[in-house]
Amino acid sequence: MRKIYLSLLPILLLAALLPAQDFTVYDDFAQLEERINRAGENTVLLVNFWATWCAPCVDELPCFDEMHQDLASEDFQVILISLDFKSRIEPALIPFLKKWKLKPEVAVLADQNADSWIPKVHPDWNGAIPATVMICGKDRDLHPEKFDSYQDLEEFVFTFLRKVNKVPKMRRIGSR
Amino acid sequence: MKHPIRLLLFLAATFSIGSTGYEPVAYVVGDQAEDFSLRNVDGNMVSLAKIPGAKGFIVIFTCNHCPYAQLYEQRVIDLHRKFAPLGYPVIAINPNDPTIVVEDSYPEMVKRAKEKRYPFAYLCDSGQEVYPKFGANRTPHAFVLDKNLVVRYIGAIDDNPETPAAVRRKFVENAVEALLRDERPEPDFTRAIGCTIKHRR
Repeated sequence: MRKIYLSLLPILLLAALLPAQDFTVYDDFAQLEERINRAGENTVLLVNFWATWCAPCVDELPCFDEMHQDLASEDFQVILISLDFKSRIEPALIPFLKKWKLKPEVAVLADQNADSWIPKVHPDWNGAIPATVMICGKDRDLHPEKFDSYQDLEEFVFTFLRKVNKVPKMRRIGSR
Repeated sequence: MKHPIRLLLFLAATFSIGSTGYEPVAYVVGDQAEDFSLRNVDGNMVSLAKIPGAKGFIVIFTCNHCPYAQLYEQRVIDLHRKFAPLGYPVIAINPNDPTIVVEDSYPEMVKRAKEKRYPFAYLCDSGQEVYPKFGANRTPHAFVLDKNLVVRYIGAIDDNPETPAAVRRKFVENAVEALLRDERPEPDFTRAIGCTIKHRR
């Protein structure tokens, strides 16, 4: 047994040294808003608010990974916005990202003044996470709870895409 | 249904189950809350009307498992210690379905209340009928009521979940103090990050 452990050691060390996925930390919601508005002019954004401490959020992350693999392009982007506290970035978020190797973009929103920025995400959002918003220009749709399945997420995404007339042309209908 | 507009909203909410059916008709500031009867961690049933000497109530939907609720646990204890003697006790209500989160079951509530020596009532909304009436949609979610059960403040406890020392605005405290001075709380509505309420499927 010991031999196996020893042979694993370099791999474990290497894994620990590998950089975690890059992410931007936004201290002020205004910076994130600017980033979202700029991107949302030409791209449809699927923005998910989550945190490492939030079990239902973590449960649905694979759906967002899958959605990213299915649809990410110049016209469609998935952004996972972590609401982990700044003090939890080192001990919780970075190890989490190393383990999960999420493919969509990850950002941290550390603006504590939630009362001011929550309604700017969507006027109907009450601040409970998980919460997901589709954004295209001035159009926004909110899903204020967990998606039960990938099909649920897909329905939410495609309802919005049809609404804003941005259904990707190359998508094979009924591929799933 | 005091106002025709609320009736319309109610009908709209009733018939729009599906994509927009998440928000049940909920109290807004100025509405009179309906009293309830829920089991406390001491085994007794608690109704607001049965609490002697109350000038009002700090109703907080909270739970065992949510890290945000845990961050606020000591602050909720402190709120009760400060304001119960002034006539505003904390009434904590756990709205979560224990089949989804075992940590929020009634026996676990009893355990937590003992461990942390909750000085306030910690009630179990086992039928999940009370929190939708309030429109509670996350934990923790606070509602300050006056003695006529009129809702006077809805929202966050304060503006810094992580660091009590960095709090700039103590929303609930300020609301209760305003009511004690016979004034209107300002602000009377705030939003905050929290955990979704786990409702039965």
